[in-house]
Amino acid sequence: MSRNRQLSAGKSVYATLTVGVLLSVFPLYWTVVAASRNNTDIHRVPPVLLPGGNLLHNIGQAFAQSDMQLALVNSFIVSATVTASVVVTSSLAGFAFAKLPFRGRNPLLATVVATMMVPTQLGIIPLYIMMANWFHWADHLQALIVPAVANAFGVFFMRQYLVTAVPDELLDAARMDGCTTRGLYWHVALPAARPAMAVLGMLTFMATWNDFYWPKVVMTQQNPTIQLTLSELASGYIKDYSLVLTGALVASLPVIAVFLVMGRQIIDGIMQGAMKG
Amino acid sequence: MAATVSADTPLRPARAPAARWSRADRRVSPYLYTAPFFVVFALFGLFPMLYTGYVSMTGWRADRPGSESTWVGLDNYRTLLADPFFWNALKNTVGIGVLATVPQLLLALGLAHLLNYRVRGRTFFRLGVLLPNVTSVAAVTLIFVQLFGRDFGLINWLFGLFGVDHIDWQAGTLSSWTAIATIVTWRWTGYNALIYLAAMQSVPFELYEAAAIDGAGRWRQFRSITVPMLRPTILFTVIVSTIGALQLFGEPMLFSQQQDPTTGGSQHQFQTLALYSYNQFWGRFKYGYGAAVSWAMFLLIVVIVAVNLLAARRMKGVDAA
Repeated sequence: MSRNRQLSAGKSVYATLTVGVLLSVFPLYWTVVAASRNNTDIHRVPPVLLPGGNLLHNIGQAFAQSDMQLALVNSFIVSATVTASVVVTSSLAGFAFAKLPFRGRNPLLATVVATMMVPTQLGIIPLYIMMANWFHWADHLQALIVPAVANAFGVFFMRQYLVTAVPDELLDAARMDGCTTRGLYWHVALPAARPAMAVLGMLTFMATWNDFYWPKVVMTQQNPTIQLTLSELASGYIKDYSLVLTGALVASLPVIAVFLVMGRQIIDGIMQGAMKG
Repeated sequence: MAATVSADTPLRPARAPAARWSRADRRVSPYLYTAPFFVVFALFGLFPMLYTGYVSMTGWRADRPGSESTWVGLDNYRTLLADPFFWNALKNTVGIGVLATVPQLLLALGLAHLLNYRVRGRTFFRLGVLLPNVTSVAAVTLIFVQLFGRDFGLINWLFGLFGVDHIDWQAGTLSSWTAIATIVTWRWTGYNALIYLAAMQSVPFELYEAAAIDGAGRWRQFRSITVPMLRPTILFTVIVSTIGALQLFGEPMLFSQQQDPTTGGSQHQFQTLALYSYNQFWGRFKYGYGAAVSWAMFLLIVVIVAVNLLAARRMKGVDAA
């Protein structure tokens, strides 16, 4: 392995990397500082750089001043549903593209890849019109869930993984034993796909949780997601920054928690996707 | 064994219903499995996109009932070419895009180079630089709005230590572009670094050894081996970040402290194309015109991606010569 033959890092490499990590983490650390203090503290010169004792009070205030509870529940329902369905639809389609021979497979796969380049924005008004006037889903969670139950990235990601993860011989042998295609998916592909499904699930959950543009278009403050509530907290005329940043903290905590638990797999997933893509 | 059994040889007599079922299963299943994606894409991706194209040729205004089907042909696009706000938004989008993309990718390349050393605590450093990427646009922007505050922002305070006067980041063109570009750079540098790192790890170590024997220093090795070997990956990141930059929406919207955040500042100094089209739709109810702005954005993306690909091909040609 070439990994063992890399140049080992000197002090300057560690120093530069540490500065890089500090710059990456500082704004988030500072959010914790601001969220645990009050508005006057934040406006002090020189600025305070250590957390205070106001965190629980601020969180209480943020929940009292906005529909944060509803927003968190909404975001959770949407993210969980979208994640579950994306993992299912992507693993099914990815398995078919990776391992099942069928007419038109290559052009269809090329189509999947090409659709990744279409910006979401291009269809946003008709999508809104469909949701609002045709389906009457505006301001309902379906409007966020249904269009997101399958996506090109997921299909491509699972396909890339399954091409090498499942040996053709194994599938052939199972076929010989009379296994149906559904059986192949369920008993052979699915167990092998588990690590990739976990990564795709995490990425999908984070992306859905963090999405801002489409919820901003189709939902209102009556039925917000957490990102909408956050932007609402910030749009008040007189801003209480410690409260705004408390909101930012609350909105970020779930994804940061997921990231800290699954971080290594997520990094591997990103790096793997890049290499093959 | 006398006969070879290929995968296609039926194991049971062909007439048995089980075999017929199995053949149907093999033929139909792949289409069933890929269908959900194509159905969702057709309904919620392709159809809206084409419909936007149609809307862009109408004079549809949401505040004028009956205007849905007023066909105006290319009028909206003609208006667009003469619309100073469109050109302003284009200028802002490109300006912020360049300020965000160039430093972001250069920093990512440097960072990946460092991460490619044999570093102790590798996972820690990788997690550290990727962390900004998992937080939301909304949260990140609001954090930076505070950091870039005119009177009490940390960044102005820091500048003050070096004797620089307080900058009103929102007010100026270049200052607001810089602030927004910083937000984008902060969020995406680590992500791109990991992508570069993945590509760097597949560069054979022997190349560096050979170069070192030939007397090439570190910097020369980086320029003459790492960068050329990474060219496809670099091209990929350039295209992806360009597409992202052209669609910039959340950052400029939430950065704005105006009553109407879609104007992109008091003088429209950081109104991007995405903000401008949003403003046409939901601020002014001009569906037809907003659709034309959206399609112009898409065409721009296509042109820029094509230029990138052509430039890459030409660069390859120069190498081969």
